[in-house]
Amino acid sequence: MLRKKTFKQGATLPHIKNTAQDQTILMPAPKTIVVPMLQHIGAPCEPTVNKGDHVKVGQVIGDTDKYVSAPIHSGVSGKVVKMDIILTYAGNNVPVMIIESDGENEVYEGVRPPKIGNLDEFVKAIRASGLVGLGGAGFPTHVKLNLPNEANIDTLIVNAVECEPYITSDNREALEHTRHVVRGMQIIGEYLKIPNIIIGVEDNKPESIEILSQAVKGTKIKVQPLITRYPQGAEKMLISALTGRKVPSGGLPSDVGTIVLNITTVSFISKYLETGMPLVKRRVTVDGTAVKNPGNVEVVLGTTIRELLDFCGGVTEEIKKVIMGGPMMGIANYNIDMPILKQNNAILALGEELGDPPDETPCIRCGRCITRCPMSLMPVYLDLYSRRRDLDQLHKYHIMDCMECGSCTYNCPAKRYLVQSIRMGKTLIKQQPKVKGGK
Amino acid sequence: MEKNLLVSASPHIRDHITTRRIMLDVVIALTPAALSGIYFFGWKAALLIAVCIVSCVVFEYIMVKIRKKPLSIGDCSAIVTGLLLALSLPPGLPVWMAILGCFIAIVVIKQLFGGIGYNFINPALGARVFMIISFAQAMTTWVEPGLDAVSSATPLAIMKQAEAGAVLPDMSDMLLGNIGGCIGETSVIALLIGAVWLLARTVITWHIPVFYLGSVALLTWMLGGEGVFNGNPLLHLVTGGLLLGAVYMATDYTTTPMTKKGSIIFAIGCGVVTSVIRLYGALPEGVSFAILFMNLLVPLIDRYTIPKNFGGAIKK
Ligand code: SF4
Ligand code: SF4
Repeated sequence: MLRKKTFKQGATLPHIKNTAQDQTILMPAPKTIVVPMLQHIGAPCEPTVNKGDHVKVGQVIGDTDKYVSAPIHSGVSGKVVKMDIILTYAGNNVPVMIIESDGENEVYEGVRPPKIGNLDEFVKAIRASGLVGLGGAGFPTHVKLNLPNEANIDTLIVNAVECEPYITSDNREALEHTRHVVRGMQIIGEYLKIPNIIIGVEDNKPESIEILSQAVKGTKIKVQPLITRYPQGAEKMLISALTGRKVPSGGLPSDVGTIVLNITTVSFISKYLETGMPLVKRRVTVDGTAVKNPGNVEVVLGTTIRELLDFCGGVTEEIKKVIMGGPMMGIANYNIDMPILKQNNAILALGEELGDPPDETPCIRCGRCITRCPMSLMPVYLDLYSRRRDLDQLHKYHIMDCMECGSCTYNCPAKRYLVQSIRMGKTLIKQQPKVKGGK
Repeated sequence: MEKNLLVSASPHIRDHITTRRIMLDVVIALTPAALSGIYFFGWKAALLIAVCIVSCVVFEYIMVKIRKKPLSIGDCSAIVTGLLLALSLPPGLPVWMAILGCFIAIVVIKQLFGGIGYNFINPALGARVFMIISFAQAMTTWVEPGLDAVSSATPLAIMKQAEAGAVLPDMSDMLLGNIGGCIGETSVIALLIGAVWLLARTVITWHIPVFYLGSVALLTWMLGGEGVFNGNPLLHLVTGGLLLGAVYMATDYTTTPMTKKGSIIFAIGCGVVTSVIRLYGALPEGVSFAILFMNLLVPLIDRYTIPKNFGGAIKK
């Protein structure tokens, strides 16, 4: 086997990959789905159908002409019964479309494999598929693929790291859809003319490493095992672990000749080119102490958390906290009637055992936050100056480089809410009219 | 309707480590040294240790009440201060002096500057140095281990003054702690056991002790004897509370730099100052002064050792 690699600093976390062996189960489409018009980073979509219209599976129901955005499709066939507004967990009001299923799951006539002759058509097709980064980021994939001409990309990196505890949905993709993963990589490699393809997997997923290594035999794809360490799935950390290159502060992976895509995203591209079915379903890891039957479930986007939990046998105790995503960077939801979005890779329902958030005590200057920060920042000072609202010092200590991974907070013995105050500091800076250009 | 869901900022999980656990680990690590001190110096040592711990905790309690701060006794840091101070006192010290020392450590150095995390010098060390200056006589009256408290000299004092008739004790006595000195500084073996515990529990990293001891060894070897490279570094390493200082005091979080690089600079600084005081100064022993002096330079070191941010441009 290849020598394992990793990046510098970061945190050692419990793995809690309870569901790693759980074959994906299909959840039947629910009676109604709730579809927000914003399920990605970028501009929200406008509804393209009206209340009362009949829609089918795979039909576009929301789109915009803004480039950084991705169209939204219906996951059921049925009637649009209501347009509403919901307050998402991220704190913004987003229009939603509520569709009542007719139970037929009739597929839209327009769903057929796209015809692609060149890179331009490839990127257009990806946009039409509604694909966004399925690993949790939710950044529209076609934007990533549409590289500027001067970008000199020599390496495609496929992210199968899945470094957050609990989550195993990417792991299942590697095991259950190995063919599509490999084919997806090859397709992207061909259209974008990228010579090197590396897929990075942490060594707590030996099965994935094994199966992928077998599947890539005879191709130019390399499977690289990584020493498990959080947050290796962050783009910059993964690039550093795999290639040794450092994305400059404020820069993008393309600045160091790489493009990073999540494994499930890559696999979806292969499936889409075969079937033409846009992104209307996804696999979600459902876990947490309050869930009766944890597992990996494929759900129609727009299914609510409540229905998903019911499908998993309901809850065994009163839920204390529901997290969309992993326990390190996921967001606590205030309501379990929220729908599953494109980028939700996990739903964690935690019970009493979770405990209350710890009380904050004074910093003892132990330096743990500093030695854990993957971005080599000094979270202790970012915390201090954020609370003091000292923007000059925050710039000096590179607050905007923080990716809110939580490694610092996780390891702080004084239980400081470092990420939380850093977020506040960032917000203060963003509100500030730009005086000196950037950075 | 279900109960309201808890909404809080990520991360939603935390490591088990707490300030309290760290402090308790330090207490555990110091226990062998305390026991060996009691074994060699008898009940007087036991009394001083008890008095110091109790008075530090009581002072801490009173001060947080006066300052109307959340009760911080639970973090056990006052116990650590008390224990550390006791271990660096001579066994025959009058009890009232020890209590005064605790007052200086907790009230003046720690709480008046804002409590845990805000003091800029190590409370135990600061108090000890204050006492050395105020009670020079009592603080340097050493007793031979054993019941009959014969006053004696520490090995470093012997080396320095070459007192008539005084001979250096055996190395084996020095390793065990069967020599004159402060309660907790004499038994090298006990201190090393504690050091291993601290390292194993990741309370400290090896950087500060190794760089501190290493630089003292190097300098005393180079400059400690007739001509160059003729000194007796081993003797310097096992005496004068160097180990106590290097493992337990120079690694205090609050009063040392927060980065690796800073810590190494700090440790080497301690080593240099200690060696200079030992070889050329008037005092026989330089550990306390050296660490205290370097404590004062920490803000400066921190300022010049800001790590380069990931992918950041190299700036000066
Ligand atoms: S400062 Fe930001 S990037 Fe660094 S560990 Fe904390 S959350 Fe992660
Ligand atoms: S980890 Fe916590 S206690 Fe330690 S330096 Fe950072 S903020 Fe302070």
